[in-house]
Order: sequence, then structure tokens, then C-alpha cells
Amino acid sequence: MPDNAPNRLELNGITKQFPGVLANDTVSFNIAPGEIHALLGENGAGKSTLVKMIYGIMKSDAGSMVWDGEPFEVSNPKEARAKGIGMVFQHFSLFEALTVLENIALGMDGSLSLKELETKVVEVMQAYGLTLQPDRMVSSLSVGERQRIEIVRALLLNPKLLIMDEPTSVLTPQEVKQLFTTLRQLASEGCSILYISHKLNEIKELCHNATILRGGKVVGECNPAEETSKSMAEMMIGGSLKEISKGETNIFGDVLLNVGSLSLAKSHDFGTALKDISFEVRQGEIFGVAGVAGNGQNELLAVLSGEALAKGEDDIILHGKSIGHFGPNHRRKVGLCCVPEERNGHAAVSDFSLSDNAILTARHRKNLVKTGMILNGPSVAYADEIIKKFGVMATGSRANAGSLSGGNLQKFIMGREILQVPEVLVVSQPTWGVDAGAAAFIHQALVDMAQAGSAIVVISQDLDELLALCETISVINEGTLSKAMEVKGISIDEVGLLMGGVHGANNVDQANDIDKEVSNAVQA
Amino acid sequence: MSIDITIAIIITMVGASTPLLLAALGELVVEKSGVLNLGIEGMMLTGAVVGFAVTYDTGNPWLGILAAAFAGMAVSMLFAVLTLSLSSNQVATGLALTIFGTGFSALFGQAYTGKPIALFKSVFPDSLTDDRFLRVFFDYSPLVYFSLFMVFVVWWFLQKTRAGLILRAVGENDHSAHSIGYSVAKVRYGAVAFGGAMAGIAGACFPLILTPQWVEGLTGGRGWIALALVVFAAWRPGRLLAGAYLFGLIATMELYAKAAGGAFRILPSELWASLPYLATIAVLVMISMRRTKSSSAPACLGKPFMPNN
Repeated sequence: MPDNAPNRLELNGITKQFPGVLANDTVSFNIAPGEIHALLGENGAGKSTLVKMIYGIMKSDAGSMVWDGEPFEVSNPKEARAKGIGMVFQHFSLFEALTVLENIALGMDGSLSLKELETKVVEVMQAYGLTLQPDRMVSSLSVGERQRIEIVRALLLNPKLLIMDEPTSVLTPQEVKQLFTTLRQLASEGCSILYISHKLNEIKELCHNATILRGGKVVGECNPAEETSKSMAEMMIGGSLKEISKGETNIFGDVLLNVGSLSLAKSHDFGTALKDISFEVRQGEIFGVAGVAGNGQNELLAVLSGEALAKGEDDIILHGKSIGHFGPNHRRKVGLCCVPEERNGHAAVSDFSLSDNAILTARHRKNLVKTGMILNGPSVAYADEIIKKFGVMATGSRANAGSLSGGNLQKFIMGREILQVPEVLVVSQPTWGVDAGAAAFIHQALVDMAQAGSAIVVISQDLDELLALCETISVINEGTLSKAMEVKGISIDEVGLLMGGVHGANNVDQANDIDKEVSNAVQA
Repeated sequence: MSIDITIAIIITMVGASTPLLLAALGELVVEKSGVLNLGIEGMMLTGAVVGFAVTYDTGNPWLGILAAAFAGMAVSMLFAVLTLSLSSNQVATGLALTIFGTGFSALFGQAYTGKPIALFKSVFPDSLTDDRFLRVFFDYSPLVYFSLFMVFVVWWFLQKTRAGLILRAVGENDHSAHSIGYSVAKVRYGAVAFGGAMAGIAGACFPLILTPQWVEGLTGGRGWIALALVVFAAWRPGRLLAGAYLFGLIATMELYAKAAGGAFRILPSELWASLPYLATIAVLVMISMRRTKSSSAPACLGKPFMPNN
């Protein structure tokens, strides 16, 4: 790229004031054509606000933007897309009751027919190795698959600037590599990329430059290749980052959770059936379940939490007691607590206060209810205790769960279960979309809990997280669980193959089949 | 049952179902956009009285229908301003709209009570409408053909057009639609206006094709049945058609049964009169129970949209 070419985008003193918070304070930086620029910062640092202004969802209070050398002002996303700005959201803007294809069509401003669009979608998916069935209902898709829709939607616009908000959290290492190849290819074609991620090693590998935000201000710029992950994380949080500290030796106690030959039929057409799942988790052990989204993780969590009942009582044994036929409340009472993947709507009710949300799962173990009446004092006290011990940033126990940022709500939910001190804790995606500081805190809390004598199951698509946290991991693929492997001496490639291998090949076949069906239909 | 009676029953049934079908189609579109307008009954009564008055004064039923559509739309805009621009509660506002429509139509209609108009009949030649068999296809008011055409139009619009896709998207997830760049308020205003116009025309059906005069409360609660139909038909135009005709069929059977006397006398006539309502709901509940998973309501139904920035 010639040096004298104007910057793709220049931000000059962008400021945005919210009631009580200065979300962005005179933020300035430039992105050159073909540059992959990282935007780093904790949750609440103002990254989302900033990209929303670039994408035209919000208007800045002060400051100006320059696009390809011209003054630039967008008042809505449609104008932004017309300029060539594509965005992959962290919180997906998808419509559950519509199909994949319809969702993509909604993000396109052109007047393509659905048929023509489908052909283009299949082309883009094949070019970038993203597999999706266009006629599936979004409500039946996993988080990872939903994100692929967003990526395809953005790529279809041939963007000049692509904004990606935490795009790799749900991909296998192989898929991340593939995505990076795609992004580098896009960048070499002149497309600029604004890349928001909390995975600092990815930023090191991929990005040319990084701007670090803290409290709405730019606190630093760096070349990620020359920094270490640790140094960038410390710039981001403005302090030193603690590594997970584990005890030196792993001496495990009794088997607390024993799952034997557990099978579960599909709950809906696009679900995954669980087949003959067996594993055991001992006192003090953190057991990881790796795998790509949509391979049965949701079903596994449901059957462990009691939302779905196991076929046989003895399929799930908690410290010698059969609990396969118990519902979630009963399981919690006897010592098994769960944290599902979805924070809002599954783990917490967003329109309820934090203390009410505490009552929802902790009422038995913490005695927050007596003869059918809520005990207000203890409930508020418990919520306050969680807020205090887990460093939850909230206006108090009366704050609505929905008013918290993702990381803070996750800390609250984790705290709510951990402080009940269950014998077994099952968590899914404990740090999905959570910033580095909060993620480190949650990880440490899990490690401490295991060392205090609980058994923990972590279901996650973030392999780095599992490798850092767990002693033992298994890979779930199409509803079957691999044998447990010790994390010490494991190779990432091996796990990656277990995660992606067969399932990925099947997906490609399916996509090809659909392709054929489409072309047959067109010919007929 | 002779063939003549069967044909007569079919013709009566179709006529009785038409206002229900039109009002429910309008409400279906409104609800698909995420708005719950409980004011159908009020909009129908407004349409009925305005449609009657204009037809009586001008002698032209086409003008009457047009006026009824505009009257229904005007009243619906009152609802739209309150709920969409001022974020008032949709349920309460809808109920208020029904009360308003009932009162307005009674007041406005006083001057027209007891005055007759001509029924708005088939426009096909007598050779078709008087034919013993062919009349089952041709002996209907143009409003009937319009309502059937609208079933197709609503289905086609929602499933096949981009505008329909956007409307469904707004009803499904208003915040996402907003963040992609669609105007939630504009789409909903449009849907509510369409629903109002359809309810107005549905109201005009009563004086124009059923009872050619104005009496207070002419619509007899059909607006509420239309509302229930939309839910039980799982927001699908095809099922709406089936539900509306089922209601019309039982209502018609009741008339013929009463005329036939005999065994039908065993049940009091009030029970017969309530039978269409009960049967329609019972059948539609059974239908919707079978496929609970696929028949889900628009996710944002009845929730006011307030962009958070």
C-alpha cells in the first residue's frame, strides 16, 4: 500500500457522554487501508460505544471522523454499510424465528431475491470455510453457529472496513487459523479490520497495531508483535495481572460426580442427541469438556442440571446417590449447582433485581425462603455478599440484572453458585464475552473452589481456558464424549483434531448436499 | 340434507365469516410487527357506522367501504400515536380504543337508526347468481372475494416480500432490527394502519352484506373472536381462513337448526348462540396444541420499543 494514501478511517477526539458516565473521552486513532487494528480494553472501557458510533448506531457528542480523506458522518447503520463498513456484533443481532438466509437478507440493503442470495451465501461460506444450512431456523442454532451468520452477513457486503467484536471465542484452533487466513486475505485486498478481542495471543498473532482503551480514554498504542500478552493485559486493566495460582500437586479425593452411559434423545429437530456419555469427576478436580458449539454442550448441561431428566436414575450419581431423575431444584438441594451459558434469560432474569435473582437458585441452600415467604433480609444480605466477594460493579443488590455489563453479571452468577458451596458445580462458557480482568477472577474462583474440595465440570469452547484451568479434559463431538485426557503433556493439535475432525467433514458434506439440492431445484 | 340447503348454508357461512376474516387478517399483520391492538372491536364499530352512513348518504357502497377503511385507519392512528410514539401500555390503550369506538359509533349512529340501505350484492350477471349450482361461486358480495384475495396477499407479503421479512423481523427482535438500521416505529405505524383499515372494512361488512341497517353494537363481539383466531391460528393466514369459516359454519348451522326446530329445541337458544364461539376456540386450541413448538408468537408482541441510546 502506498504511504501517501489517506487513512481508511481517522477518529479525532470522539467524545460520548452518557448520564453519569463519560463513555468515550476524546478518543483518536487512525486505521490505514489493509491494516488490522486491535481495539483492546476491559468491559466498560468504551469499545462498544466507540464502534457503535463508527457504525452509525449512536451519534458522538464531539469529535469528527474522516473516511478515505473525506469528512465522514453516519446517522444510521444503513449509511455505514453503504460506505463499506461491516460489523460482526458480540451480542448477535439475530432473529430467532427466522431462517439463516432470512437473517442474512435483513442485513443486506440490495434487492437480491432469496434464491440469488442463497447462491452467494453458499459461495462465501465455501470460500471462507464457514458451514451453515441456510434454511435452518436460528432458534435451533448454537452460539457458534449464530456467530457464523454474522460473519457471513458482514463478508457478503464486500466491506472496506470490517469491525469484529470478539469473533473467535467459539471456534476451534483450526477454525481460528482459517479465520485468520481469511482476515489476512481480506486485509491484503485492502480491507481494513478493527478487531476487538480479549485473547491477547490472537491479537499478537494477527494485528498490526493496537489501541488500548481504559475508562473511555486511549491509554496506549502499541505494536502487538513487540509486546507480551501480559504487558498488554496490564496496560488494559491498568495494574498487574494475576496468573491463575494452583496448588503444586493434584491429589484428588472421592468421586463426587459419576456419569455412566448417559444417552439423551434430541429435544428438537436440530438438537444433538447425547450418546453413551461416561465420565467421573473427583473431589478437587476441574474436568473440562471441550468442543465446537452445537456438538451437544447445551444438551449435556441440560441433563446435568436437571432441566432434562436422564433416562435411568443411575445415569448420574452424585457422591453415591442416584440423581438422574431429579429436577434442577432437587439436584441443587442435594449438592449439584449449574451455571448455563446464556446469562440473560437462562442464568438470570434481566428484569429482576440481583437479590431476586439470588433467591431464584440459592433459596434452599442459603435458606432465603421460609414457609413459602421470601426472607428479605437474608436475600439482600446474600446478594450483597456476592457483590462484595466477587467484586461485582453494580449500584447495589436492588440493581436489575439486565443493567450489569456481561462480565459483571457473570461474576454475580458465578458468585451466586460458588458461595452456595455445592459438592459439584457445572459451568458452561464461564468467561464468554467477559474481559480479561473478570475472566481471571472467575478462573481463580473456580480453582479455589476445587481446592476447597468441590468437583467442577467446565464446558467451554475456549480451549485456552480449559488448558489453563483443568486437570482433565474430554472433547465432545456430535454428542459423544472422548475419553478423558490429562492436560499435562497434551497437544493442542490432537485436541483440535478431536474437536473438528469428523464433525467438520460432515458439515462440509451437508453443505455440498444443500448446494446440490439448490441447483437441482433451480434446474427443475 | 338437500343440495339446495347445503348451497344456501355455504353462502350464508361465507358471508358470516367475511368480517371476521378481514379483521383477523389485519390484526395478524399488526401482531407480526410486534404490536398487540385489542381495539379491533372499536375500530370495527367505527367502520360499521361510517360505512353505513356514507353508503346511506351517497347510495354508493364502494364509497362506504372506502370511508370505513379510512375511519378504521384514523382510529388506529390514535392507538399508534399513544402506544408507539408515547409508549403507553398497549393492552390498556387497546381496551380504551374499543370503549371509544363503541361510544362513538352509538353517538354517531343515532341519526341513522332505523334507516334502511340496500345490501351490497354480487356484481356478477343474474344468469350466474341465480343458477342453482353456480351461485355457490358467484352469489357473493365483492367484499367476500376481496377478503379471500387478502388472505393470499397477506401470506404473500409476509413470506415472499422483503418488506414482509422486515416486518416479521421487527416483531421478532425490535432491538436487533433497530441496530441493523430499520425504523421500528415506521414499520409498526404501517402495520397498525393496515390493521385499522382492515378492521374498518370488516365493520362495514355488517351493514353492507349481513344486516342492511344500523343498530348499536352491530358487530356483536366479533372483534374479540378475530383476536382469538389470530392466536389460535398461530399467526398463519391459511389457518385463519379455516378458523373464520368454521366459526361462520357453526353460526349458520345454528340459524338453520333453530328454524328446523324439533330436537334442536332441547338446548336453550342462548347456548346455541354461544356455540360458534365455543366450538371455534375448542377446535383451534386442539390445532395449536398439536404443534406448540412451531406456533410461537412474535417474540416482541405487546412490548413497547424504547431504543436504549
